[in-house]
Amino acid sequence: MTTLERYEPLIDDVEAFYAACERPLPSAVRVNTIKTTIERAKTALTDSDLDFEETDWHPGLFRLPNDQPGANWPYVHGWLHGQEEVSALPARILDPQSGERIWDACAAPGSKTTQLAALMDDTGLLVATDNNMGRVSALRSNAERLGVTNLALTVEDARNHSLKPFGGGSYDRALVDVPCSCEGTIRKNPGVLDDWSVEHVQGTAGIQKGILRRAIQATREGGTVVYSTCTFAPEENEGVLDYILDAEPCQIVPFECPLESTPGITQWDEDLVTGEPTQYDESVTRAKRIYPHHNDTGGFFCAKLEVTG
Amino acid sequence: MTEENVSTRFDRLPETAAERTVETRATREEVLDWWEERFGVEPAVFENYSFWERGAGKIWAFYGDLDSPVDIEGLGMTFLRTRQEHWKPTLEAIQRFGNHATKNCIHLTEEQATRFMAGEEQDIEWDGDWGYLIVTHEIAGEPEPLGVGLFTYGTLQSTVPKGRRREL
Repeated sequence: MTTLERYEPLIDDVEAFYAACERPLPSAVRVNTIKTTIERAKTALTDSDLDFEETDWHPGLFRLPNDQPGANWPYVHGWLHGQEEVSALPARILDPQSGERIWDACAAPGSKTTQLAALMDDTGLLVATDNNMGRVSALRSNAERLGVTNLALTVEDARNHSLKPFGGGSYDRALVDVPCSCEGTIRKNPGVLDDWSVEHVQGTAGIQKGILRRAIQATREGGTVVYSTCTFAPEENEGVLDYILDAEPCQIVPFECPLESTPGITQWDEDLVTGEPTQYDESVTRAKRIYPHHNDTGGFFCAKLEVTG
Repeated sequence: MTEENVSTRFDRLPETAAERTVETRATREEVLDWWEERFGVEPAVFENYSFWERGAGKIWAFYGDLDSPVDIEGLGMTFLRTRQEHWKPTLEAIQRFGNHATKNCIHLTEEQATRFMAGEEQDIEWDGDWGYLIVTHEIAGEPEPLGVGLFTYGTLQSTVPKGRRREL
């Protein structure tokens, strides 16, 4: 059985799913509203002879019907950032506000981080952590090109994130976009399945649980945590949510998903972590599974949690 | 006056020279004065920002404030270099705050701006001050700051860092 075959029982239209996985991923760019307006960016794209189509769910997120663009003026000014369409979802669901304290737990290379900064109007405090120094350098360079100033950047394991440099106060919201098995990126990175293994799923699920726990702990009561992955594996999605409901004071809350999706699943017969058919808490159905054929994007999983204690 | 700069952490700039504990460190007052004198940027523009040193003479601008020192990897954006006699703003700072400038801005044509972004030196007409200038060009119908040029002896040198140069 190939890696993707194990997910067939979960998928609404298996044929469309495989067909979409075979197609290359459309390019997309997000307008960086820290440095310009959507209107000016559109004018600059047109002046640079770059075709674009506006997505109907995210202002300033454009699909580029032709190939990845070369160097162009709006990019040089930090007005645009290349970002896969579906990866713009979790920051929108987190919905950070100006002046808030926000944590991005697994931030590099920073597409979502810089999107969060823009949604905050580059005010408040945005703390971004990542455990990989090389990837943190990429994040810093993206953040600088986009003119982000509200960002404090640390290299650390998110599971041990320290609030001390930031005065010890808890966060209003946290984005937990964890490292995962990444099958959802297959259109961008066809080799991704080569690294897939049972042990990797098991190990990764453990890390994901640790990071999500720390995020719940570091967020104030009533605050919001968004958990997202680009894997189809229930062990790394619903399995992690089911775990956190028992481990920390939180609940999964409903949210309106602007992209086509299916609900999280409550039953998984192949669970590699528990090693037996497993039932997940009913509230995981409030999470969203996004398959590549739904919106012609990469695959994604997204859940919104409220901290209750 | 005996402390040394610790290059691996962020230390907030002292408000004034009287509060200075690291001799070589610029003060907030000096930084604000410099932006106003050199480019006409009013201090009010930076009211909500704190300034930090990490790396000798490397000044960072951060929205808000934290208790100093801060031992982390990044705090806001790199903003200004104060190590040499002539202070030099970063390209990032100019793109972010340069639209508040009222002087020492040189406006380039499309062709000149293209050469500037490629990192080339070019002969240019300029009657104003020598030294670091804000380079602007027109995008989407309005002039927009692009980066920092160094003007001397009738030539404009591009200071666009290698990693930011582009063939447009």
